[in-house]
Amino acid sequence: MKPISWLKLAVFLASLGPLARLLWRYRQNDLTANPIEFITHSTGLTALIFLLITLGITPLRRISRQYWLIQLRRLLGLFAFFYACLHLATYVVLDHYFDWDRIVADVYKRPYITAGFTAFVLLVPLAITSTGGWVRRLGGKRWQALHRLIYVSTALAVVHFWWLVKADIREPAAYGTVLAVLLGYRIVRWLLARAQQAPQAAAQPEQG
Amino acid sequence: MLIKRASDIPSSEITPKQTYQNRRQFILTAAAGAGLVAGGWALKKLTEPEDEVAAGAKLPHSKSAFSTTETPNSLRDITHYNNFYEFGTDKEDPAANAGTLRTRPWTVAVEGHVKKPKVYDIDALIKMFPLEERIYRLRCVEAWSMVIPWLGFPLGEFIKTLEPTSKAKFVQLVTLYDPAQMPGQKSGVLDWPYVEGLRLDEALHPLTILAVGLYGEVLPNQNGAPIRLVVPWKYGFKSIKSVVKIRFVEQMPETTWNKMQPSEYGFYSNVNPNVDHPRWSQATERRIGEFRRRPTLMFNGYGDQVAGLYTGMDLRVNY
Repeated sequence: MKPISWLKLAVFLASLGPLARLLWRYRQNDLTANPIEFITHSTGLTALIFLLITLGITPLRRISRQYWLIQLRRLLGLFAFFYACLHLATYVVLDHYFDWDRIVADVYKRPYITAGFTAFVLLVPLAITSTGGWVRRLGGKRWQALHRLIYVSTALAVVHFWWLVKADIREPAAYGTVLAVLLGYRIVRWLLARAQQAPQAAAQPEQG
Repeated sequence: MLIKRASDIPSSEITPKQTYQNRRQFILTAAAGAGLVAGGWALKKLTEPEDEVAAGAKLPHSKSAFSTTETPNSLRDITHYNNFYEFGTDKEDPAANAGTLRTRPWTVAVEGHVKKPKVYDIDALIKMFPLEERIYRLRCVEAWSMVIPWLGFPLGEFIKTLEPTSKAKFVQLVTLYDPAQMPGQKSGVLDWPYVEGLRLDEALHPLTILAVGLYGEVLPNQNGAPIRLVVPWKYGFKSIKSVVKIRFVEQMPETTWNKMQPSEYGFYSNVNPNVDHPRWSQATERRIGEFRRRPTLMFNGYGDQVAGLYTGMDLRVNY
């Protein structure tokens, strides 16, 4: 195998770590007195962390000039979706046991669930179009535009967490700060590129 | 808008079969694994024996007719899953961090509109009344519940010895404020010290107790030692822990959670399945140790005894 394949395999296995930890704690009978709540919080937080790691790839590869890092982004993004699926499944199956009336009422009535559910729904098209075939079918530009939905989804995930806590906002605030840095990096880059492009476009239009 | 549109489209129409069958095989495998975990856990919970009562100081007590016949939660669950923000905001923080609390010497100061304001030593106070075991349902505003065998005495019996004056309309209770003993108070998560309150007739109700024990023994620190309030028909946060002050006042007193977010936490905070909290539907609850949610009962099932206290009040306004 090529080195990058080994790396991908290692990242894949490491990404299963949070699930393995849950299974281990289950085996140790260590999921607290309220295991359903514990599993819900654990899978939700893992999904958010994977979203932020995925968003971190682009700044990291540019700053470190390790451009091969892009090859890990899809894997990490799909793991974010995977943990988001587990999170939603825990809510639907374990927490509410397919009580659709209550679930639908929750999605409409409780702002934090509305935010979380929307964050999940926005990830679905990204997971579906994660294949090379879909990149070709959509075309690079359109594919990239679609996948910018991850910004909205991650922001909604942070809001979902923020609105969930009763009083202690320190933890969601920490994740919100990380998100602000990752999005801030992109905004600054975009502004710089625009400022540079304007005079350049006038002087050397063929290079624009 | 997005939500509506998404639910109109069956996922089978937007997901090409081959797309998920190959790449996402692992998702299905892992999801099945998670299902097995959950099923296995439910089975295990049903078959495992209750924890044994930890060795501690026994407290002599009698049984009470006010006790429910429902099966109490294990001592382990009661002592390792609760909110006591003075020791951290996670449910397992109080058990981990409450060791720093010194419960002796301890005094409870009675102030305000009473004929006999006085500072009581905790041991003298406990000796004033025979202790009863009160097995009560506890309903947390976060929509989980437990059954807890408290030991205590009616707050009303204590209040009668204090002779409140005609100006005493409400009772305010205050938790210890000492960040050295209560590390959670170093953060500004809540406005310390924690304060709670009851209308005088609620405080005098025979179901309202001051608890000093649990499962036949001295109350563990994380559950509000050495003395705490228990009001079983109200959400758990009304039952203030580690009380150092009982103040008789004329006006409705401030309460911590009401100050923090008045739209979510009212003064009364009676368990009410018909009045939702913005974040938690109060219609159902999860009894700790059970898999399925159960419907929440009006006044947490104590309506026969306490509904009369609220005759003529609109419980949607006075939530």
